[in-house]
Amino acid sequence: MVTAYEFRHLSEEEKYERFMERIERGEKIEAHDWMPDDYRTNLIKLIAMHGISEIMGAFPEKEWVPKAPTLHRKLAIMAKVQDEVGHGQLLLRVAEDLMKPLGKDREDIMQDLFEKRLKFHNVFHMPAPTWADAAIIAWLVDGAAILTQTMLLKTSYGPYGRALKRICQEESFHAKHGESLVLALASGSDYQRKMLQEALNRWWEPLLMFFGPRSAKEVGHSKVDVNIKYKIRSKTNEELRQEFLTKYVPQIKRLGLTIPDETLRFDEDKQQWIYKDPDWEKFKQIINGNGPKTDSRLKLRRDSYEKTAWVREALAKYNKNRMLVG
Amino acid sequence: MTDNKILRELIYQLADDNFIHSYRGSEWLGLVPHIEEDVAYSSITQDTMGHAYMFYKLLEEMGEGNSDELAHARKPKDFRNAILLEEKNGTGTYLDNPDYDWAFTVVRNLFYNVYKETQLESLKQSSYEPLSITARKIETEQYYHLMHWKTWFMQLMQSTEEARTRMENAIRRVWKDFGGVISQGRYADEFSARKYIEPEEVLGQRCLDKLGELCKSVDFNLEGKPGMEKGNGRNGEHTEDLKQALETLSEVYFSDAEASSW
Ligand SMILES: [Fe+2]
Ligand SMILES: [Fe+2]
Repeated sequence: MVTAYEFRHLSEEEKYERFMERIERGEKIEAHDWMPDDYRTNLIKLIAMHGISEIMGAFPEKEWVPKAPTLHRKLAIMAKVQDEVGHGQLLLRVAEDLMKPLGKDREDIMQDLFEKRLKFHNVFHMPAPTWADAAIIAWLVDGAAILTQTMLLKTSYGPYGRALKRICQEESFHAKHGESLVLALASGSDYQRKMLQEALNRWWEPLLMFFGPRSAKEVGHSKVDVNIKYKIRSKTNEELRQEFLTKYVPQIKRLGLTIPDETLRFDEDKQQWIYKDPDWEKFKQIINGNGPKTDSRLKLRRDSYEKTAWVREALAKYNKNRMLVG
Repeated sequence: MTDNKILRELIYQLADDNFIHSYRGSEWLGLVPHIEEDVAYSSITQDTMGHAYMFYKLLEEMGEGNSDELAHARKPKDFRNAILLEEKNGTGTYLDNPDYDWAFTVVRNLFYNVYKETQLESLKQSSYEPLSITARKIETEQYYHLMHWKTWFMQLMQSTEEARTRMENAIRRVWKDFGGVISQGRYADEFSARKYIEPEEVLGQRCLDKLGELCKSVDFNLEGKPGMEKGNGRNGEHTEDLKQALETLSEVYFSDAEASSW
């Protein structure tokens, strides 16, 4: 062990070596620990994107909050969307701590979102035109998110791991909520079943895209390798997509739904799912901020943010006054 | 009128107030001033929907029909909520160009919640036991809701000039129809005669005293009596805003006549 004093006098390379030793030993890195710049920037990118995805993820579902068809469903979807915003808040705070040494804060995150510099998950750029879309989102989008978030639980960055632990507990309720919504529709009237099938057709490709491309060659760049080196994450995109298919394909079929991919099959020799590749060019377009709902949802956020600027100013003034008095 | 019919009139007021108030809250999802508030307000909105649910359940137990049907399938004229609570948050809809007024929302929430607290305190002594039990269940959550809106009110009233102006305008606006919140409608005398709840004048005054004090603590004078300019929702008078709210709330509910469950 080196003391804090000794550590400060190490060269950058030596610090980096010590850091990598900690990573190799499986130690958790904390907010105030020394970390290489690309560890910090990759974490910020990943966690801010995760956090803002939770926030923007509330948008397709919030459309259905008042419209949920029974009092119980209203209560359940309200609770679910509230959880998602809570996840966003939790994660943004983790990201903000990492950004502090760079002189950035929440306001920068919001502006980056509005200017499309900060990306969010492809699925939240997509329309949710029926109640069945809310069901598919809660069941399968949350189902997909659970797989990536569970994988990230072992992340080398301590504060992220702890936030994820709480998030994963709540996510298991979301999946149950989604399952219940989907079951009701699948065992319902012709209209309900048709609505559900159409929603699945809409969401299948975005769901496969959700895990990201297999390698950098599909989109030209990827942070997966760096993130694995630093043990920020432990599985590749393709491993997660395969897990998703193994878990959900049988369940979807059991509900009597048809998966909109005739080539989908499990290859026993290779022990993996063969599927029709999503359109990665489209994926790139979407996450760069050109999805079907990107602009309208960002507009909702931006407009309301601007219209409530007077409130944030008022709070800042109030808090400043109180500090002067107190 | 039978006792039962009178009692139902009162419970509809309670159920519909909470239902519509929660709806207006849920329209704010994702649009509030900051993310922390989004978490807090949506929790309050959810609790409030839970309160509506409890009151609709009481009606269901009295043989009024299924609680989902009561919430989603009645005509606007059968609703008994106060008109102030059905008023839109602003122009546009929650999906399309919302231009919502946070000052109005804070003031409406505060004023309604002060009344609701007063109402619940009285209902705890109700001669109808299920009502007093329900009031007790709601009380703890209600305490936090009220605290939340008091905090907002105090902060915005004592901050920038702009906020102060907006808040004072909001108070004047809410005041114009707050009389409809306090009103117990045409059966008010029967409610208190049967000891379901205390008389309208008593509860109303208690509520106005609390509000007067709150306002005074931030140097604002509530003048005169609150009005009922748009009519009395307790008697089934409503505005276009309620009609639109109900269309949204029951859009999916009515989308499939064949559906036996959702
Ligand atoms: Fe989440
Ligand atoms: Fe979730």
